[in-house]
Amino acid sequence: MTLTEKVLARAAGKKYVQPGDNIWVNADVLLTHDVCGPGTIGVFKREFGKTAKVWDKNKIVIIPDHYIFTADSLSNRNVDILRDFVREQGLPYFYDVIDDPNGHWIFDKSKGQLAKQYGSHFAGVCHTAIAAKGHTRPGEILFGTDSHTCMAGAFNQFATGIGNTDAGFIMGTGKLLIKVPETMRFYLEGALPKGVMGKDIILHIIGEIGFDGATYRAMQYEGPGAYNLPMDDRMTVTNMAIEAGGKNGIFPYDEKCAAYVNERTKLNGTKSDYQPVELDQDQKFIYDKVIDLSKLEPTVAQHPDPGNRALAKTLDKVKLDRAYIGSCTGGKTSDFLAFAQIVKGHTVKIDTFGVPATPEVVFDLKNTQWDGKSVWDHLVGAGVTMTENASCAACLGGPVDTFGRMNKPMSCISATNRNFPGRMGHKESRVYLASPYTVAASALTGHITDPREYLS
Amino acid sequence: MSKVISGPAYVVQNNIDTDQIIPAQYLTLVPTIPEEYEKLGSYALIGLPESLYPIRYVEEGQTKTKYPIVIAARNFGCGSSREHAPIAMGAAGCQVVVAESYARIYFRNCIATGELYPYEATVALSDKVKTGDHVEVDFDKDEIRTPAGTFKLKPLGEVKPVIDAGGIFDFARQSGLIPAQEK
Repeated sequence: MTLTEKVLARAAGKKYVQPGDNIWVNADVLLTHDVCGPGTIGVFKREFGKTAKVWDKNKIVIIPDHYIFTADSLSNRNVDILRDFVREQGLPYFYDVIDDPNGHWIFDKSKGQLAKQYGSHFAGVCHTAIAAKGHTRPGEILFGTDSHTCMAGAFNQFATGIGNTDAGFIMGTGKLLIKVPETMRFYLEGALPKGVMGKDIILHIIGEIGFDGATYRAMQYEGPGAYNLPMDDRMTVTNMAIEAGGKNGIFPYDEKCAAYVNERTKLNGTKSDYQPVELDQDQKFIYDKVIDLSKLEPTVAQHPDPGNRALAKTLDKVKLDRAYIGSCTGGKTSDFLAFAQIVKGHTVKIDTFGVPATPEVVFDLKNTQWDGKSVWDHLVGAGVTMTENASCAACLGGPVDTFGRMNKPMSCISATNRNFPGRMGHKESRVYLASPYTVAASALTGHITDPREYLS
Repeated sequence: MSKVISGPAYVVQNNIDTDQIIPAQYLTLVPTIPEEYEKLGSYALIGLPESLYPIRYVEEGQTKTKYPIVIAARNFGCGSSREHAPIAMGAAGCQVVVAESYARIYFRNCIATGELYPYEATVALSDKVKTGDHVEVDFDKDEIRTPAGTFKLKPLGEVKPVIDAGGIFDFARQSGLIPAQEK
């Protein structure tokens, strides 16, 4: 069996499953947030009754992260709906915006978008935070009401996005009926050359198989190149499985994965025992492709879909109005460090926005010193508009007052994950997806730029 | 339910993602709150660029659409897992989508919510039918009749009884998978 089949078989209590089997699996963790949580809770109460209790309070993780730093009153209300439910159910894993369990969240517009407006529990973008807070474990099943839930496949688990109704069902029963997907294997060889990141791997792959090339399928990464990748790069790769239509992405288990998970479960006191799935000899794939990482170059997904691939060096005629770095995909500490490596000591030529994925990333950037100055200060010094308010922000547009949102037609290069029309705001705007390196180099020139010329 | 759904069709092309079906700024609306459900309907497909789709799916100031049938090309509903997408369309009065292919989560959400039937076309209908054309989707014959001819649809199979029942919860109760509801 493939890695995905092994996780699913175990969760279904079966010795063996094959693609196409419809099986009931037990969920290990259910993740939801402020956009889909209130609807999920609504379904749960409608279907199981007003006084119903969730199936297992230790297996529900709620991370408000989407529409937080906005004066939109419905958005603020939605965070309050989550808090009320958490209190009523006694859920231990709620990463609230505010510290008062009986309070109300109201964004204070007068304080502006840049200075921190959250308390000590807030965790930031759910896919980055769920790992950082020790809720991702090898061999487990994670369902989340968000399509980028597949990011957690980097930790050798089955993780996929679902709708509110399915999530409401899990909330009440702990189970879900799913179909076992066929597996596509990407066998990675070699190591990434200078100026090329995990983002370039996945943009290359989506360009190769197409925006719907993995629909209903699992994307499994193997080979020496896969083990070479740090966890952050693996997370970027699995995060974007959905941009090829994939059900999930998954990496094998190794010591890097173990080190991350063990550290994070210990830090937050979450469940620390797990059982990884190992690679079998007799795996069957619907697609099998070898990719030599050393041959990859900085890659861009052009407007209007993530499969519209071109090499950055061929797009220098594409003028830009804006650059953006942030999101689950591109807002990790390592992403900002790569970005800062390029812009440090220069000045950006176009409006450039930086949104760290989590408060921890803000902390890292403020406490990492380069030449006697924090990375945060280097970024601000280069003209990047940095906010401390970690969230999904303009990656998905959001309410009109969202930080970095495109409220008129313009072209933006972005370290985020999706570029269908209207994704980052105005529906006539154009979004180009690229690595933090490429976004940084392009911010300095105002057109799409191969970053390698800035990395001596 | 009736065996034939007929009316004017609304035609879209490849890769209509969930941001075009229901833009992220409207996700503040909670689908299980009845008045917010209605409101979601008024925004169905409002994210389609006007340069490509000059005719709106739901006219300004309305909550319901004139088009009970949506015809699409490949990968309809790609992008986010937001259940607001089939819900907004269903709330607007869409009853059936006929697409060459669907993104997985959208397809699943249609079934889970019972909002609308996601039929798969066997030909590129979006090249043959124009917005406003009168079409008939025949559930007994698994076919669509259009001004450009009659075309077979892939049978809905095990999906149909779930949507007929009104979604997974109603189906699960009817078939005894979960106990009947205490009100």
